[in-house]
Amino acid sequence: MEAFFASLNANFLNSLFRFATPVLLAALGGILCARVGVFNIALEGMMLTGAFTAVAGEYYSGDPWIGVLSGCLGAAVLALIYAILVITLKGNEVVVGIATNLFASGLTTFLLPAMFHVKGKFFDPRLVGLSNIKIPVLHELPFLGPLLSGQTVLVYLTWLLYILAGIMLFRTALGLRLRGVGEQPLAAATLGVKVNAFRYMAVLLSGIFCGLAGAQLSVGIVNVFVQDMAAGRGWIAVVAVLLGQANPLGVFITGVFFGLADSLSLQLQGVGLAPQFTEMLPYLVTLLVFGLVRARQKHPRSALAN
Amino acid sequence: MENSTGVPRLPFKNRLFNAIGVLQGPVLAIIGSIVVGGIIILVSGRNPFEAYWAMLKGAFAGERLINLAATLNRAVPIVGMGLAAAIPLKAGLFNIGGEGQMVLGGFSAALIAIYLPIPDAIMLPVVLVSAAIVGGLYALLAITIEDRFNVPLLIATLLLNYPARLLTTYFVKNQFRDTVTAANQTLPVPAAARFALLTTGSMLNTGIFIIISLIIISALVIHRTVPGYNLRMAGLNRRFAIYGGVDIRMLEFKIMFLSGAVAGIVGAVVVLGVFYRYVDMSLTAPAYAWVGLMAAILSRADPLGVALAGFIFSAITTGGYGMERDTSIPREMSVFLQALIIMFMAVRTSFQLKRKTR
Repeated sequence: MEAFFASLNANFLNSLFRFATPVLLAALGGILCARVGVFNIALEGMMLTGAFTAVAGEYYSGDPWIGVLSGCLGAAVLALIYAILVITLKGNEVVVGIATNLFASGLTTFLLPAMFHVKGKFFDPRLVGLSNIKIPVLHELPFLGPLLSGQTVLVYLTWLLYILAGIMLFRTALGLRLRGVGEQPLAAATLGVKVNAFRYMAVLLSGIFCGLAGAQLSVGIVNVFVQDMAAGRGWIAVVAVLLGQANPLGVFITGVFFGLADSLSLQLQGVGLAPQFTEMLPYLVTLLVFGLVRARQKHPRSALAN
Repeated sequence: MENSTGVPRLPFKNRLFNAIGVLQGPVLAIIGSIVVGGIIILVSGRNPFEAYWAMLKGAFAGERLINLAATLNRAVPIVGMGLAAAIPLKAGLFNIGGEGQMVLGGFSAALIAIYLPIPDAIMLPVVLVSAAIVGGLYALLAITIEDRFNVPLLIATLLLNYPARLLTTYFVKNQFRDTVTAANQTLPVPAAARFALLTTGSMLNTGIFIIISLIIISALVIHRTVPGYNLRMAGLNRRFAIYGGVDIRMLEFKIMFLSGAVAGIVGAVVVLGVFYRYVDMSLTAPAYAWVGLMAAILSRADPLGVALAGFIFSAITTGGYGMERDTSIPREMSVFLQALIIMFMAVRTSFQLKRKTR
């Protein structure tokens, strides 16, 4: 037990936001989609695609920032396909979402050997990844230093994006229209709001955010691409959106909580618990928290089928 | 001309046209993905016709049709998992936790066969029924979580995959590992618990008959019985089914149990027919559950359609090995082709289905 508390050190604090960020970014996309009335469960596939194209972009250009950009681009292209199927062709969101996730998995599984001649995992010394930023003064502080400083730019960008999203949704005319599209699409359309344009915008932005999430995962944390490396984080983001009721603050707190579970799982491995049990933690915690918070809310299927 | 549900049957001509109408989507989806896949092969500087020919040979030809046997053998878990996904899908429920249910079923089948003193004569049935119960209970856990804690079934089933996978990996690496071998696997199951081989040179075994029977039984139950009618009604219009007096919650619990039970049996069939022991990752690495889910979506959850779609997906995968051998195109191309098919199918169904979940 002593070893456990000793291990709650700088590494643990530092890994919290590193792991929370992919979930937070994908969930931010989920918030926008939920607000315009699109139940986007393709976050997982978009994140995976972003992780792959980010690694590919960095490999071919030698610049991790080109990697981040190509991560966004790759995920956005997938988001565009998803948007056409769901918004223009009025496809069933769950079927199209599952298909998009399977497509992303198949596409990256195929491109890995086709482009890099490896299977399962791609690693190259040319991949340097994003550097961590040390914030002066703050970096030296105990607790806060390792928690907040020494992260990739994407981590700080995520915080900024959440603040911007909060302001945009609840303090601007744009946000009012956006929420109107989700809550009363007919009324919004009657008032001249272009409903489908808002929906396309939200889905495309969710693609870009998932691209950032994938980039944080591949070029931000580990500098490799591993087949199916999103490992359910896109689904956990979907859960975070539902739990936080598509409110940026609520979703942020939920997302950080999952980051906590993720980094805690790494710490517990350090003190000798079997990795299989610690890796279970994020998924079990997700189910448990979801259960505790949602137990008194409306039945999910009746809520979805109104 | 009435069947047991009291609904008059359509004349043969109409039914034929309906069948063609149903097949139109999947056929177009497959053609579309073959064309797009061909373009990609062409762009990568190789001859698509040669590649597809190699794939066809790899899937069906070979000495004494050995490749066809391999395709059939691979189709067993794919079709089985397709059925496990299709039963709830027909009722409008998404069980995407088939993987966890299959893994737990297969693992417990191995343990029961190895460690319990069961007489040879009843060994196979006992092991299969236990695997079905384990898989079914795990699926029940998911819908109980939905019922009690309001976690959407889609998410509850998906998230439960991970603990099941990790738990079996842990056990097979520790308590139940066969320490004689280097791999993470259990001891071999006794001879009485093994399905007999049907061919020499492939692992095709009598387990295929279990899956064929499950397909036929489900097709009959879904299309010819009152519970099957209720199930289809729940999928077409949940409220109508409730107004019609169907105890929908009870029905959904039963459907989830059956779905998980089928997944558990599929796990057991692979363990007892192919590996003769539980090998870590042997059920998850080939993504049987996910390819099966694709087969269920492609066939719009029709049991016989699942069998056909599962066979096609299996042929694509098996053919991929032949293609890799003959043309050096990576066999992962087949994963991409399957993904393309399902994407085209999503486009097709998008034209036809209304948004149900809105």
